[in-house]
Amino acid sequence: MSKKLKDASTIKEEILKQYPPKVARKRSNAIVVNDPAIDQEILSNVRTIPGIITQRGCSYAGCKGVVLGPTRDIINITHGPIGCGFYSWLTRRNQTKPETEDSENYMPYCFSTDMQDDNIVFGGEKKLKAAIREAYDLFHPKGIAIFSTCPVGLIGDDVHAVARDMKEELGDCNVFGFSCEGYKGVSQSAGHHIANNQIFKHVVGRDNTVKEGKFKINLLGEYNIGGDGFVIDELFAKCGITVISTFSGNSTLGAFERSHTADLNLVMCHRSINYMAEMMETKYGIPWMKINFIGAKETAKSLRKIAQYFEDKELIETVEKVIAEEIQAVEETIKEIRPRTENKLAMIFVGGSRAHHYQGLFSELGMKTVSAGYEFGHRDDYEGRKVIPDIKVDADSRNIEELDVEKDPELYKERKSAADLKKLSDKGFEIADYIGMMPDMEKDTLVIDDISQYETEKLIEYYKPDVFCAGIKEKYAVQKMGIPLKQLHSYDYGGPYAGFKGAVNFYKDIDMMVNTSIWGLIKAPWEKEKQPEISANFVSGAV
Amino acid sequence: MLLRHTPKEEVKREALTINPAKTCQPIGAMYASLGIHGCLPHSHGSQGCCAYHRSTLTRHYKEPIMAATSSFTEGSSVFGGQANLLQAINTIFTVYNPDIIAVHTTCLSETIGDDVNQIAQKAYDDGKVPEGKYVIHTNTPSYIGSHVTGFSNMTASMAKQLSEHTGRDIDQLNIIPGWVEPADMVEIKRLSAEMGVKIVMFPDTSGVLDAPQTGKHEMYPDGGTTIPELKSTGDSIYTIALGKFASEQAAQAIDSKCKVKYDMLDLPIGISATDRFIEALAKRGGVYVPESITKERGQLIDIVTDMHQYLYNKRVAIFGDPDQLIALTEFLIDLNMRPVYVVSGTPGKYFESRIMEIAGNKVPEIKVKNGSCADAFLLHQWIKNEPVDLLIGNTYGKYIARDEDIPFVRMGFPIVDRIGHSYFPTVGYKGGMRILEKILGVLMDKQDKDAKEEKFELVM
Ligand code: SF4
Ligand code: SF4
Repeated sequence: MSKKLKDASTIKEEILKQYPPKVARKRSNAIVVNDPAIDQEILSNVRTIPGIITQRGCSYAGCKGVVLGPTRDIINITHGPIGCGFYSWLTRRNQTKPETEDSENYMPYCFSTDMQDDNIVFGGEKKLKAAIREAYDLFHPKGIAIFSTCPVGLIGDDVHAVARDMKEELGDCNVFGFSCEGYKGVSQSAGHHIANNQIFKHVVGRDNTVKEGKFKINLLGEYNIGGDGFVIDELFAKCGITVISTFSGNSTLGAFERSHTADLNLVMCHRSINYMAEMMETKYGIPWMKINFIGAKETAKSLRKIAQYFEDKELIETVEKVIAEEIQAVEETIKEIRPRTENKLAMIFVGGSRAHHYQGLFSELGMKTVSAGYEFGHRDDYEGRKVIPDIKVDADSRNIEELDVEKDPELYKERKSAADLKKLSDKGFEIADYIGMMPDMEKDTLVIDDISQYETEKLIEYYKPDVFCAGIKEKYAVQKMGIPLKQLHSYDYGGPYAGFKGAVNFYKDIDMMVNTSIWGLIKAPWEKEKQPEISANFVSGAV
Repeated sequence: MLLRHTPKEEVKREALTINPAKTCQPIGAMYASLGIHGCLPHSHGSQGCCAYHRSTLTRHYKEPIMAATSSFTEGSSVFGGQANLLQAINTIFTVYNPDIIAVHTTCLSETIGDDVNQIAQKAYDDGKVPEGKYVIHTNTPSYIGSHVTGFSNMTASMAKQLSEHTGRDIDQLNIIPGWVEPADMVEIKRLSAEMGVKIVMFPDTSGVLDAPQTGKHEMYPDGGTTIPELKSTGDSIYTIALGKFASEQAAQAIDSKCKVKYDMLDLPIGISATDRFIEALAKRGGVYVPESITKERGQLIDIVTDMHQYLYNKRVAIFGDPDQLIALTEFLIDLNMRPVYVVSGTPGKYFESRIMEIAGNKVPEIKVKNGSCADAFLLHQWIKNEPVDLLIGNTYGKYIARDEDIPFVRMGFPIVDRIGHSYFPTVGYKGGMRILEKILGVLMDKQDKDAKEEKFELVM
């Protein structure tokens, strides 16, 4: 029997009380007491309130850090003062495995134009061009990408013009730029979109070589943090599914260039990559489907969906065999661990899809997610894509470019008829669809968008969860409250957590976290009971 | 190889920095602000900078780093960030109730030209700053200087905006410790107490960034220099500023505002620099150096005399922040080691001249570079051309150390893969012992690891 949840509306009121009235009004719409039976709107992807202490980062982080960071053979030059490049240097744990010891891998490097005040005054384009030349002369890479930081747009540097010129000058190097200044949009999310656009424009579709393979897919929105992508690749290989490209864990420029030759796009992190899926569908006719490789149940379900999509008897059988093989370790581990985790409470506030995906893993351990929310999700990530037509486009979203994509006259190829896709949709396959997080959460759980530090602490005091999931900035404040925090960006330097093997790792890590004995030692023995009277004649002379 | 594309051959670069040995101003300002008791640092710009600075400081300290941001959008970038900052100040005092907000700018607000002084004044005028509370501010454009400059700017702003000269002298010294760890600040306070000198030190991150696990999160832990203490710096008898790059500006500020003179010293890392610090404390505090301190010094010297065979003439490469590197260079030379490569991304002519003053005669082969394109990539190339026996620097050094199989000691900022720096000092004689322990540890581990079986030593 699961514990009865504490009343979510009480804590919501309690939280709002402390805010200035205008702030309270806004936050009130971003905090929803969930009811999966009805349609509920949540305020999201809107400006963060200045001063509130947010988890969010910026568009540059979403573009350079998240989407482009994991590609090993592009030289990523940050155009701006030194900081932005420095902070995004190796800090996201995207693992990569170059084919050979000599294959290109620039990920351990940080490249920056280190803009100085005279560049701010007189413009930085000249320095940027010189930096690109220097990078080319030193390394002769296949690709160079330029990422704009806050001052770049303001001083009027045109990174796209520079990219065009340099591409022509260098001849055998693809140079492209991103206008991902940190003030664009309201969070990392804008940067994802900008990254998708430019990769689509400048890279995808440049190489028509078709790889051998019967079932060819792209995996979109999987960044190989902690090696997640390696586990998924291994599963695909076992099933006989050919991965043309992954956006963008363990990726290369070459794989992106061939990605339009796949027959199905699988979308893992909907928030960061759905644009790419849609554009590829329009231009090349590749259908897309939402899948999820976090959690054993979801992994199995996703593999089955893929097999059915290809309607191949042999594939369907292989997938079943693989699941049967892999599920053993999962079941054994759950059996051992679940008695120690059953009925414990979790909270997840992170990212744009993980807050949803990780709930499955917790429920496999018998744990309940009482409250969750995204850092930079949109309404469709919460309520499902069905609300997209109703989303009001505000000033902050309007200035993120929407590409005009059309059918490619030569490369467009229908993979499946509309009727066939509809059949799959009707079976609940999330074809070109995502149902969102809220319908998957229980009644009376609390959904909070862009949670603040203050709200975090209030929630913890109220629910006293057994584990809180968020990121590095939240980690130690939460742990100081005596609650373990699992980082779901970096996995606390552990993982992988994807697929069946990853699920087993996760169960063990959560078991370790909630059951480590150190939490019981926080109070010194003399703090637990009332201090005994200090006798007047004690020996030391200390005051 | 992780840094497989780094060629041995050095080509001149003028525009491209690779693997920087510095970062940007605001993070230094944020760190300094955390050294004021009851302070919430505030980043006036778009929220990404703040997220990055908080994350980096958090990874380094494994402690909560609380800071707010003005969360600029494209609109604020065009029309200016005044409305954002005013709203932020209101939200912060209502929700988080600090004693003081320390505002720093970012590239964005600097490029737009926001006048934070005027905005802060407006916040006071509009009654957004509750009675008895403060908003201080500093400019930290990242296209000038480095993270050290930002630290220096914020520390100077504390002096400019809070110190007061009441005309009543207080029998205390000001100590401006520079960008050092909480453990170092504890050590400076301990040494001063041991000497019997009353000090006020700012900033002071001890008690803030080394907070204990208590089961309760304190937004504003016990530590940090209090506002009354900061005010009192204008009435102190003298200032001792440690590390020219991080501390001189603040010392100057108190001097010009309140006529408190100052001594400018190197950071007290190692033997000679600590000697000078202790002598300055004795002189300005009017005390004799107690036996206990001479004993600590003697212990440090004793370790060196016992172990010098492992140190003598060993070639060392160091990279990081100028104040640390200057002091470290002198310490290494006192140990008869050879600091042959010294690299800092932080610009400033004084750096090279001071290093050459210390090392020029004793290590004639020394190569020093700082400022533009002085980065870890260049250092790595130097190492490839003529190897070293030891590398000292922040965590990013481990990529070079692994590729080249060089013993590696972590010192500097950031250290994101080991603990200890917040709890154990590197300043003072005790700090010298700790550095030595680390250096000897890695050198001897390598000897143990590489020794042929017949050459493997039990006693060393
Ligand atoms: S925009 Fe400027 S202040 Fe912000 S992280 Fe980048 S360099 Fe630092
Ligand atoms: S999973 Fe989350 S953190 Fe990762 S890219 Fe997607 S939204 Fe970002």
